[in-house]
Amino acid sequence: MVTTTRPSEKTTHKVIGTRPIRPDGVDKVTGRAIYGADVTLPGLLIGKVLRSPFAHARIRNIDTGAAERLPGVRAVITAADLPDPDKGMADVGEASATYRDLSHNVMARDKALYQGHAVAAVAAESASIAEQALALITVDYEPLPPVLDLVEAMKDDAPLLHEDLRTNELGTLSDKPSNIAAHARFLKGDPAAGFAEADVIVERTYTTTMVHQGYIEPHASTAYWNADGKITIWTTTQAPFAIRDNVAVLLNVPVSRVKVIPTEIGGGFGGKLPPYVEPLAAVLSRKSGAPVKMTMSRTEELQASGPTSGSRTHVKIGAKRDGTIVAVEASLAYEAGAFPGSSVRFGSLCMFAPYDIPNMQLDSYDVVVNKPKVAAYRAPGSPAAMFASESALDELAERLGMDPIELRLKNSAKVGTRMANNIPFQHPVGNVKVLEAIRESDHWRSPLPESTETRKIGRGLAMGFWPNAPLKSSCFATVNPDGSVTLVEGNPDIGGTRASLAMQLAETLGIPYEKVIPQVADTETVGYNDATGGSRTTFTGGIAVYELGQDIKQQLIERARILWQLNPEDAIVYEDGTIRGPKEGQQLSFDQLAAQLFKTGGPVVGRASVSPKHVGFAFGCHVVDLAVDIETGKVEILRYTAAQDVGKAVHPSYVEGQIQGGVAQGIGWALNEEYVYDEQGRLVNASFLDYRMPTSLDLPMIETILVEEPHPPHPFGVRGVGEVPIVPPLAAVANAISHALGHRFTDLPISPRRIIETLYP
Amino acid sequence: MTKRVHVETRINGREVDFLCEPGQSLLEVLRDQLHLTGAKEGCNNGNCGACTVILDGRIVDSCLVLAPEVEGREVTTIEGLAGPEHLHPLQQQFLEHAALQCGICTPGLIMAAKGLLDQNPAPTEEEIRLWLAGNLCRCTGYDKIIRAVQAAAQQMEARV
Repeated sequence: MVTTTRPSEKTTHKVIGTRPIRPDGVDKVTGRAIYGADVTLPGLLIGKVLRSPFAHARIRNIDTGAAERLPGVRAVITAADLPDPDKGMADVGEASATYRDLSHNVMARDKALYQGHAVAAVAAESASIAEQALALITVDYEPLPPVLDLVEAMKDDAPLLHEDLRTNELGTLSDKPSNIAAHARFLKGDPAAGFAEADVIVERTYTTTMVHQGYIEPHASTAYWNADGKITIWTTTQAPFAIRDNVAVLLNVPVSRVKVIPTEIGGGFGGKLPPYVEPLAAVLSRKSGAPVKMTMSRTEELQASGPTSGSRTHVKIGAKRDGTIVAVEASLAYEAGAFPGSSVRFGSLCMFAPYDIPNMQLDSYDVVVNKPKVAAYRAPGSPAAMFASESALDELAERLGMDPIELRLKNSAKVGTRMANNIPFQHPVGNVKVLEAIRESDHWRSPLPESTETRKIGRGLAMGFWPNAPLKSSCFATVNPDGSVTLVEGNPDIGGTRASLAMQLAETLGIPYEKVIPQVADTETVGYNDATGGSRTTFTGGIAVYELGQDIKQQLIERARILWQLNPEDAIVYEDGTIRGPKEGQQLSFDQLAAQLFKTGGPVVGRASVSPKHVGFAFGCHVVDLAVDIETGKVEILRYTAAQDVGKAVHPSYVEGQIQGGVAQGIGWALNEEYVYDEQGRLVNASFLDYRMPTSLDLPMIETILVEEPHPPHPFGVRGVGEVPIVPPLAAVANAISHALGHRFTDLPISPRRIIETLYP
Repeated sequence: MTKRVHVETRINGREVDFLCEPGQSLLEVLRDQLHLTGAKEGCNNGNCGACTVILDGRIVDSCLVLAPEVEGREVTTIEGLAGPEHLHPLQQQFLEHAALQCGICTPGLIMAAKGLLDQNPAPTEEEIRLWLAGNLCRCTGYDKIIRAVQAAAQQMEARV
């Protein structure tokens, strides 16, 4: 195995750092695990959505009469069947939306704002009847000019998506309608004075297009609206509690009337945070009196579920001849899609976070266009922004004749350095260590293969930053008479978190991993949990199971006191799964005490609810070698190494897996993936054949270096690991191609077509 | 309503018969009628491989096979791979190597890999990558999947 771990201190852990088999593993390799579309119920109806063929159109009238009369059709709905909520802010993970926008995104009200925008839905006795019914619905559209380009959308005379949208201009609402939802700014020091001191300035504009999260399991939800008003929803989601809360507001019912049962989830990457079909299935169920299942097709996924923003970023860096960066300026514009709420501010926050730069001005613009409303996508906002900043740094290193690692080390942020938002790094961060790890790696020290006439070789390097999100977790656990512990938690397991939470609880209690039995519970069984997202489940969930473990230990000590008939002041210690009394030889193992709980007061149930303040910031540094075939424009990835500060790797295999998966998505974003729209705003590549994600043949093995700079506020030093690895590949790949061809590529994807058009203009 | 077709076939070693519409895919019948939901629908047009099953020894995307086409033939799905008390070496090695994260592509990948090992017991990394290129995985970057298939091949070799 080419994976290297660089622990910062000698570990005394027994469970953490090992690689056990995940508790849900057998169900997932035998096909028995129940995912969203696998749910079935007696009397189940199938729901389907009618979607707008226009990117921008007023809806004059919808005639559902013929569809309603088709035998086998049990319900037809339009936006008229949904309440119209107010503008309160909804929780959709690492993105933002008002309830009203969320509702209008779930079902178009007066206007269809992108191709694929839902306009009506039916429930029928079979999928084929539902599809026939959709064809019988007549919608009277008045097509409007679509707004598809960021620069055009921002112009004063651009057609408007929302007549009532006014720019939030640096905190003040402007008086004129616009497609620019918000202009925000981070300002630090005096950029003009900084640039005046610069010996070298690099400046360019970088662009990316919309790309999709590309989870293999489409959205799938089944809802049953019972006669007593109770709504039960089985759904594939990263955020069961947010879905519960959002559905309650969107349907104007109390939260207590909605129960969400999360199924196993087939990938999300941020795309399974917002509601899409859940509210529609619920309303169809109320109207038909039967449970309704809705699954999205792949085309619907690409057209109408959240991709991430296309972007345009202008960046300017000024430096002294010795490499000291004196000032940066950047202006970022992100497509929000049809409704405001892109992650552009996160992008501007991240782009220079690894560095200590005295003067910065970072402007960000959130812009609506006639494309699907964006959702979070793994480190949302950071990849496109850091594609720009890390490409610009690479160019700066070139201009200065400096090694790209040395340039980054020279300007590294350290404890006390303030980010663009003026928040300082309060705890040790791993930005220097990941650079050093790459500098010392076999990959960086190995020479590149020679280029040939037609095959040009290049190496590229880039860093990535993501702050991670701690948010809230709660859980409980019961000690069973055989010494096992049943853990009930609330985060859908998207990549091995049953294992990572069970391991942290086992470590806390000093019992074997196999003795912890984790369950992912529904919204009426466990306390509130924020989403599986923000790289938070192993981090915040880990703090929760640690606190829960302390609660259980304290209760077990009191049970031993009863058994041993000791006084409250007698010292009893719990150590490594053994409970010891003050007398010589007075001790009980966890199992022995667990077997005697019923005669000392009944079962022991521990609980915890946590909301940690100090999240562990995540840094990565990647290096890639690649070959460009200048006859076909095809890029072959030859070697890839990713170093990341993981704090403490709880289950190293799944940490490596997160890094490797993020790298693969980042390479896809850099080289091939893109939303291609025609002039009418129709997505012309809405299938996995034409929306080209990396296959096994497109990638080499991905080497990982796990740097462990512990995050002190976490009991085991853990940092979130899931998101940051998607950030560096965009610039790393672009930098490598730029070196291979001696031409700087500033627009993604760097597809064969773009390379050929650049080489042979 | 379209007249339905009676189909007799063998699935996972057992005689099975069902009624289906002539245009229904094998994937639909497996999932919705026979409740074999291990085959997953990721795209329904043969691009993701999540619905891979083995038909007369050959791997196919079951979304591209019409259900009536399996008349008189032999279908193996992910549900037919493990014994009551043991896993197939591919299933075991996928677990040992953490070759799944969300797990939605896993049944298809395991069936595709079985199709490979059935005809090439000791494939190279390149041969595995080429063979599995029809099965998309969005979580793993494929690294651990390739290693799991290599380990399963070695385990099966050792057993022979």
